[in-house]
Amino acid sequence: MRIVVCIKQVPDTAEVKINRETGTLVREGVPSIINPYDMHAIEAALALRESLSGKVTAITMGPPQAEAALREAISMGVDDGLLVTGREFAGADTLATSRALSGAIKAAGADLIICGKQAIDGDTAQVGPEVAEFLDIPHVSYVRKIVEAGPGSIKVERLMDEGVDVVQAELPALITVVRELNTPRLPSLKGKMNAKKAEIKKLSASEIGLTPEVVGFNGSPTQVKKIFTPEPRCGRRVLEGGIEGQVEALIKELMEKKCL
Amino acid sequence: MPLKVDKNVCSGCGACITVCPYDAIKMEGGKAVIGEYCQLCQSCLSACAEGAIKEIAEGCEKGQADLSSYKGVWVFAEQRGGKVAPVAFELLGEGGKLARQRGVDLSAVLFGAAREDALELIRWGADKVYFCGDGIFKNFEDEPNARLLASLINEHRPEIVLAGATAIGRSFLPRVAARLKTGLTADCTALEIEPETGNLIQTRPAYGGNIMASILSPGTRPQMATVRPKVMKRGKRDDSRQGEIIEVSAGGLKCRTKVLASIRDEEGQMKVNLQEADVIVSGGRGLKGKEGFQMLSELAGLIGGAVGASRAAVDEGWIPYCHQVGQTGKTVAPKLYIACGISGAVQHLVGMQSSDVIVAINKNPEAPIFCVATYGIVGDLNEVVPLLIKKLKERKNGR
Amino acid sequence: MDYFLSEEQVMIKELARQIAVEKVVPVRQELDEKEEFPWDIMRVLASSDLFGLFIPEEFGGFGKGSFELAIAVEELSAACLGVSTTYAANALGTYPILLFGTPEQKKRYLPDIAAGRKLVAFGLTEANAGSDAGGIQTTARPEGDHYVLNGTKQWITNGGEAEIYTVIALTDKAKGARGASAFIVEKGAAGFSFGKKEKKMGIRASATRELVFEDCRIPRENILGREGMGFIVAMKTLDSSRVGVGAQGVGVAQGAFDEAVKFARSRVQFGHPIIGFQAIQHMLADMATDIEAARALVYQTARFIDSGAKDVTKASAMAKLFATDMAMRVTTNALQVMGGSGYMREYPVEKMMRDAKILQIYEGTNQIQRNVIAQNLIKEAAKAK
Repeated sequence: MRIVVCIKQVPDTAEVKINRETGTLVREGVPSIINPYDMHAIEAALALRESLSGKVTAITMGPPQAEAALREAISMGVDDGLLVTGREFAGADTLATSRALSGAIKAAGADLIICGKQAIDGDTAQVGPEVAEFLDIPHVSYVRKIVEAGPGSIKVERLMDEGVDVVQAELPALITVVRELNTPRLPSLKGKMNAKKAEIKKLSASEIGLTPEVVGFNGSPTQVKKIFTPEPRCGRRVLEGGIEGQVEALIKELMEKKCL
Repeated sequence: MPLKVDKNVCSGCGACITVCPYDAIKMEGGKAVIGEYCQLCQSCLSACAEGAIKEIAEGCEKGQADLSSYKGVWVFAEQRGGKVAPVAFELLGEGGKLARQRGVDLSAVLFGAAREDALELIRWGADKVYFCGDGIFKNFEDEPNARLLASLINEHRPEIVLAGATAIGRSFLPRVAARLKTGLTADCTALEIEPETGNLIQTRPAYGGNIMASILSPGTRPQMATVRPKVMKRGKRDDSRQGEIIEVSAGGLKCRTKVLASIRDEEGQMKVNLQEADVIVSGGRGLKGKEGFQMLSELAGLIGGAVGASRAAVDEGWIPYCHQVGQTGKTVAPKLYIACGISGAVQHLVGMQSSDVIVAINKNPEAPIFCVATYGIVGDLNEVVPLLIKKLKERKNGR
Repeated sequence: MDYFLSEEQVMIKELARQIAVEKVVPVRQELDEKEEFPWDIMRVLASSDLFGLFIPEEFGGFGKGSFELAIAVEELSAACLGVSTTYAANALGTYPILLFGTPEQKKRYLPDIAAGRKLVAFGLTEANAGSDAGGIQTTARPEGDHYVLNGTKQWITNGGEAEIYTVIALTDKAKGARGASAFIVEKGAAGFSFGKKEKKMGIRASATRELVFEDCRIPRENILGREGMGFIVAMKTLDSSRVGVGAQGVGVAQGAFDEAVKFARSRVQFGHPIIGFQAIQHMLADMATDIEAARALVYQTARFIDSGAKDVTKASAMAKLFATDMAMRVTTNALQVMGGSGYMREYPVEKMMRDAKILQIYEGTNQIQRNVIAQNLIKEAAKAK
């Protein structure tokens, strides 16, 4: 089975700080990591390769530094990496990103595409389904378990708001995965050695059959008008008295606010 | 928008180079130059004391030709198991406001419930309902929903399309946007019309709620957004309201997925749909074990709430992942959030800090959870929570 | 400090640290309290290839040496000495096969060891043979195609959990130390059983048991080297492994030091973080210097061993002695910096201090190390004349 994993290099949001005065993100010194959801996608792909044999390719779009994310994926056991890069891709929204990724996936060829549910920087969860639409293949979101895979179809459990669906999809298909699916493995020493010497193939827009007008900023229908910090919450109200008094006061306050 | 350095203003101080996370800025002849690896993150904009870095308005005119032919606000009314989801009524309330501002009709799209539900949507404010009762919509499948909605949009050309930022909405709406090659903004918490242009300003949290971003789709139509449940207010239900139901055929829809089974309410009495709960009682490492969650479950039952958890508690295996609130779990905004034994790691706070009222119960007075709490009780939760349960029961029985 | 590590050595260090931080730190307290053998972590070490570091490539390893092993041991030790003891004891048990095994024995055992499919333990110590290894009483009597083993080994790390055991036993009682031989015994051999798991002060994640041999018959080809070579096997094995104990000392000291610094920065007394007080600063400065000195000696000794040097006994004894005495000092002082908090089980340093104590005791007490060093000094002085 040929599996493609779409990954994204993101700032470790746990370490991102906000400059309250300017309302911007302070990214200086913040480490870049593989989007945590994508780690589960990588693990799912590697586990499938172990049981079905085949090949796993990781694809990412980003600046040259994103190569590090692909090398990390290779250190975990991914066979090779494709980096979609070039100035024409900068400023892409989810539509332009999906268009570029789907172009790269077509170039690589895949029976199954696995994406993390969402990236922790943008939190949109849109790229996976949009890629599926561009490729004109079915997709299943929020996969928490792969029940059966191949040939010809995949059976998965999908986590919905009120429960779980068992869904079968024809291959080729795309799935987006949630954390519950698995525990990502750590790299191996062999993997790290492979990652060091692996050649990362770089693809420009023209190499995936796209013109600069339809990718990056130019190909993005949405634009960021402004970025601002949410109003900080007003400080807490310390309740008075012993535990019993505090609990009483709390119930009273909550009743007044019609919370109870 | 692309960024450029005004060479006449740049002092060559290099502040922008230090803040650029992509190493995209170089110094050439004592002036900063933004290179090809710029990702438009705008970090440099605020770093520049001289204000030498500016956004250049370009490319905004793309495809602006026939935007005016798009009219009307649409709301996708999601149904689950034949029942219209509460978020649909919230969207009708918000959609109605936008439609009035734009002087256009408000329509609902309903796939798969009963005709009576379509009438209900009219009572809640829809002027028209595009209704398809076909059995293909019994279970949720992405493709038929995406294809039928996209073809209706192509035919009727609404200017705004809204859906709930629910599992269903966030799964298939991106397919619709990709089919129509239009913009889609995920998980919005505020919508308004830009007075000068009539564009929809869509505001949403990003970076785990650390920042808010206002998004426009100025050059394409429709402007599509998924909207976070529980954020928008419902309008008024009016029994006498009249509207038009337009029956739509589902003929020839492609579907390459098949729902084989649907398992609902896995956790028995524990309600898992956190995003639609008005009250959430959440527990963290301070609970010390599975038993702690039984106590929280009792409290939640008493006040009609759902049970949530921090990542630490889920990682310990005390409660399943579907209860997890935070960065890698669910983002919630209930009327009341009670955090018990949760210290308040950033990754948890971003998932719950937009709740209306937050109560924190923690024995450590320095716990960061108290920074976002409306009310804080410093104490042992094993003492506080049972007391709270006891007092609430007394009130219930007494009155 | 730049330790002039090669690219691959940096990878090993990063990988071992990642495992330590992500997999060991979150569970170390529980492993300690429950005295639970860290199987999950052993599986991670296996899938990360770290069991094969020092095993030749032809047997599925990486063909690296003591230095690379020391780097990995150091990183694991900074997180949990119980886990690193389990890992290091595996190497200890493997050295006899690596150093003295026939091509057939190597082919049979090393690939499984390199892949982490089977754990190994080394069995020398007995009730009456601790510092005085010459006092062993376990016997191996040749009988046709077999040896028949009788006796009990005591305090054997990885006992019961390992699949493969390298054991020293007497083939000729009359010859004393020169009558000892080394054998490979597999778990499951008839007449081979285990005593109860010992309750220890520290390194409680590691398993320590008796190995009990009651007419245990093993095939003749399981002898390592020839009859009578048992003590040479044991001494050469310890020469190779001692530097690893030194690396454990450097690791646990670094771990405790880092905790102390973190604590001192955040703990406020008299209106200042305590790291601002000279009393604390001097303690930290001494600890940091101590650690670097020990690390330099351990690294240098490991590189010396890997150079193929013939006589490494004195050097490896010095590395073990200095680094482990240092570890006891530094963990004790780290706890002192943290005061009452350091003494509480809520913080990891009391465990580190309990754990560190074993380093001065096992693989030859530090008093024995001094004897070894002194004997070599005497020999060298005699030769110089």
